[in-house]
Amino acid sequence: MTIPAIAANGLRKSYGDKVVLDGIDLTVAAGTVFSLLGPNGAGKTTAVKILSTLVTADAGELWVGGHDPAANPQAVRAAIGVTGQFSAVDGLITGEENMWLMADLNHLSRRDGRRTAAELLERFDLTDAAKKPASTYSGGMKRRLDIAMTLVGDPRIIFLDEPTTGLDPRSRHNMWGIIRELVSDGVTVFLTTQYLDEADELADRIAVLDDGKIAAEGTAEELKRLVPGGHVRLRFTDPAAYRAAVAALREVTPDEESLSLQIPSGGSQRELRAILDRLHAAAIEADELTVHTPDLDDVFFALTGGTGIPDQPKETAR
Amino acid sequence: MSSFTLAVRDSSTMLRRNLLHARRYPSLTLNLLLTPVMLLLLFVYVFGDTMSAGIGGGGADRSDYIAYLVPGLLLMTVGSTTIGTAVSVANDMNEGIIARFRTMAIHRGSVLVGHVIGSVLQSILSVAFVGVIAVAIGFRSTDATVPEWIAAFGLLALFSLALTWIAVGMGLISPSVEAASNNALPLIFLPLISSAFVPVDAMPGWFRPIAEYQPFTPAIETLRGLLLGTEIGQRNGWLAIAWCLGLTVLGYLWATAKFDNDPR
Repeated sequence: MTIPAIAANGLRKSYGDKVVLDGIDLTVAAGTVFSLLGPNGAGKTTAVKILSTLVTADAGELWVGGHDPAANPQAVRAAIGVTGQFSAVDGLITGEENMWLMADLNHLSRRDGRRTAAELLERFDLTDAAKKPASTYSGGMKRRLDIAMTLVGDPRIIFLDEPTTGLDPRSRHNMWGIIRELVSDGVTVFLTTQYLDEADELADRIAVLDDGKIAAEGTAEELKRLVPGGHVRLRFTDPAAYRAAVAALREVTPDEESLSLQIPSGGSQRELRAILDRLHAAAIEADELTVHTPDLDDVFFALTGGTGIPDQPKETAR
Repeated sequence: MSSFTLAVRDSSTMLRRNLLHARRYPSLTLNLLLTPVMLLLLFVYVFGDTMSAGIGGGGADRSDYIAYLVPGLLLMTVGSTTIGTAVSVANDMNEGIIARFRTMAIHRGSVLVGHVIGSVLQSILSVAFVGVIAVAIGFRSTDATVPEWIAAFGLLALFSLALTWIAVGMGLISPSVEAASNNALPLIFLPLISSAFVPVDAMPGWFRPIAEYQPFTPAIETLRGLLLGTEIGQRNGWLAIAWCLGLTVLGYLWATAKFDNDPR
């Protein structure tokens, strides 16, 4: 087995009485995308801050880019690039000057610095805006500049803390393209997100972080297998038809309030036909039928306390 | 690269960044210059005649009062520009860019050193600006010798270094830009209760020790002596240097300790 790019063992961090990270373990293989997925306040940003040497851990063994962040933070810093949740650009100076600043701080020669800056501005479609103050940039442009600045030092490990939060759908897809490109260059990406589709789309492995603990870890497929299968959802407008359906079908989870019910089902043709046959036999007509296959949303809600599950009934039938 | 070369290189990069900010957005510096300039004109032209009665044991006129006032206002200019330091440090700390700097393999102190050197340069320029206005309205430093001029310049630079480190600390503990400008207000209030405008002898007895030993008065008395050739008094000279060095060391230790703390 090769040496992991990032590893943490028993990582703990508290702020006062509040335990933010309660002993998490994670391993990220070099050249892969690892996504830390979790709701707001789960501790994602704290994990990134610790692994990127911004704050110190209370306990735990850490390994980033071949070094221990606690013992040798400068060596870790030389290997990583960080794009935080809040834009880390200097708004008072232009995009180009921001890039030159990074080149200087990465100790590139003037010629190399200028060339790298120009190439990255070009690659991130910022050449036209290069001479404008970064404070005038749109959210998507700021994030692009932010990542371009991170890449000046050619880091082998990149931390992206919620890189698409607050971006419009188009900028979000652009960002996904950028992240895929980074990975194709062999860079290790540590990505935090609260969007399940994003983790599903980009990550090789996903860890679900909830309340300071890793609730589950694996590939998207492995995580989806953790939750029970899908279901068929029937919705009615006529209360009488709804009650008849509840009576006619077995194993249903009814929701009186919305006049809908759920039947566990893998969504295969045979299973659907069985449901439809039974409805037909009882002469019941549903107003709407939807097939729901398990996705990361189900995993997420099942693992992170279950509050706010959209199509789970709040009370059982009386 | 040795750690010293690294420190110099990164600090000069940070200094360039701060000077670029100052050049791009001069309004903050210019606003801060307004206070000492307005006070200079106010005290010379509006209050000057009345104020001059209180100095030199009577018989003084407006031009004597200009001579009395200017050294204090030059040091007040230093105090005033350092408010800008506190504000720009606080502003920086609220930006994500500082978090970026902290995760880069650069010399850690360079962020603060860049701010400090930039601010000292700015306050020297500000002092020169106020000095030119003072000369334009009749201030003359005819009795000063070249070594006295050099000493005066050195005192102003040292004083601004001391106040700047304190201001950097104030900027670091301020949660917002507004809080920073409030926290740094003593830097502009202290000259008002010093010997800048009236001699300490003219103040109530119980207040005199406060006015006499606070950092501004010894520095003002020393600068006044250097520029006008008057008696400095040995105590004032040493006190001024002690305050400058003391505040520099204190401010440096305070600011770097605050900067090294984990950010939330």
